[in-house]
Amino acid sequence: MNKISDETIKDLQSKAKEIRRHIVEMTACCGSGHPGGSLSAADIITALYFHVMSHRPNEPEWEDRDRFVLSKGHAAPVLYAALAEAGYFPKAYLKTLRKLGSSLQGHVDMLSLPGVEMSTGSLGQGLSAANGMALALRMDKKRSRVYVVIGDGESQEGQIWEAAMTAGHYKLGNITAVLDHNKYQIDGKVEEIKGIQPISEKWRAFRWNVIDGVNGHDMGAIISAFERARAIKDMPTMIIAETVKGKGVSFMEKNPLDFHGKAPTKEELDAALKELI
Amino acid sequence: MRDAYGKALVEMGKLYPNLVVLDADLSVSTKTSLFAKQYPERFFDLGVAEQDMISTAAGIASCGKIVFASTFAVFGSGRAWDQVRVSVAYTRLNVKIVVTHGGITTGEDGATHQATEDIAIMRALPNMTVIIPADATETLMTIKALLKVHGPSYVRLCRSATPVIYENEDHDFKIGRGILLRGGKDVTIFACGIMVTEALEAAEQLKIEGIDTRVVDMHTIKPIDKELIINCAKETGAIVTAEEHTIIGGLGSAVAEVLVENALVPMVRVGINDMFGESGKPRELQEKYGLTSKEIISAVKTVIKRKK
Repeated sequence: MNKISDETIKDLQSKAKEIRRHIVEMTACCGSGHPGGSLSAADIITALYFHVMSHRPNEPEWEDRDRFVLSKGHAAPVLYAALAEAGYFPKAYLKTLRKLGSSLQGHVDMLSLPGVEMSTGSLGQGLSAANGMALALRMDKKRSRVYVVIGDGESQEGQIWEAAMTAGHYKLGNITAVLDHNKYQIDGKVEEIKGIQPISEKWRAFRWNVIDGVNGHDMGAIISAFERARAIKDMPTMIIAETVKGKGVSFMEKNPLDFHGKAPTKEELDAALKELI
Repeated sequence: MRDAYGKALVEMGKLYPNLVVLDADLSVSTKTSLFAKQYPERFFDLGVAEQDMISTAAGIASCGKIVFASTFAVFGSGRAWDQVRVSVAYTRLNVKIVVTHGGITTGEDGATHQATEDIAIMRALPNMTVIIPADATETLMTIKALLKVHGPSYVRLCRSATPVIYENEDHDFKIGRGILLRGGKDVTIFACGIMVTEALEAAEQLKIEGIDTRVVDMHTIKPIDKELIINCAKETGAIVTAEEHTIIGGLGSAVAEVLVENALVPMVRVGINDMFGESGKPRELQEKYGLTSKEIISAVKTVIKRKK
């Protein structure tokens, strides 16, 4: 495996910072949205869209593209930010998030926005859809891969485990999933509401290759995990990424329950942007 | 009609190389097993996991496939309703949900396996086409017609063998267009599924009593044939609907919605009276729950009295 250059890492970190700025800006502008769970996934999404995945912003339907499914569809801001940065649409458009008539719907909508592979928002569905894509691609002997990000609160949905069983059973080696393990849901800490631990063991039991202990904010570690996943051909891989809800904005990190589904105020936005320089 | 479905898939599987079929451990009952045998590389049994099946179907369809997903009606419509709503109806993906064992004539399995509210919950979904074929040939015509259109659909088949209504495929079957099976001027019966045969029998009986009954096979509940309903209301002045479903929210309600806004005439619904079913033989259940020509005849007489 090639060691990724320091310069590449720096570029990606810089890109992730831009994406974080977009997240706080667009949610503040709109007055609603999910900044916490978007920020926790920002480094993972950056790695995917700017290093790992093969895709063409000016040809969103390119048939040999890799696919990405945001199963935790409420983290739409992070995907929108990545798509904008990648050139799928102008960055100025980001401020229309959740506004009437905007293609930037509150939860990702495949019909209104190029680059969105599946509409999600009702948790638990995206992994099944990703499996479907993986099965279709394999049927067509395509080499494209399917990437999917799920949440830890989302892991309480039964359908996640139905889909886990399917991927394990069909040995979907072309699927790489990431658990955005930010440890908080809406009503409290995940482990206090309905604990998902021991999570690595669970995915292994469902016949997935598990790469855990990955710092979800260490670009080098993230990319290395994706590369290791790619090498496994006969099993799906789950990367357990340890993340922080609200990562990048100190007052959000300190109050993860406050910023699940609440946008920053103007003052909070200003404070956040000062940290994201 | 299940056999017709299974055979149709095999036949169509040859014409449509991008046709993919999914099931949820009921392949032997739904007859998707026939396709599975012929085209194993295009068939996936998702096991007892209907929600997984529907969202997986969406994922496959998003890659350019035509997907048929099958299970029992209760599970395809009810268990997976949110998945049908979000993964299929909201996305408008090309997923045909073709379910069997609709209605109370599922029989001995009892209430949990009898789909008696499925038409209501499926037709409430935007972008969803809802079709209830009346016999084996109409089932085949439905499948062929759906393959020519892109988008979400729900087709509900029954468990038992059905009497032949359509001898061959020469009928001009169009999605969204009711089929006039019998002309008449005193009353119109809109029926679907197994109730079409019951309606035709009722009409024969009524003829003896001097009541000239029009019978329409209203196979497509959504989009409903509004024009036909209005014309029949104007021409016959009285309507009876008949469905193997609760009288709440199904064919009867769909017809009533058109009448109330366009051509107010007396109407009576024949169907299950807002209750769950139970174990029993299919015919016994039809009789107990009021789903026979007898109830249709009674409904016709009631509604005719109310004509102005």
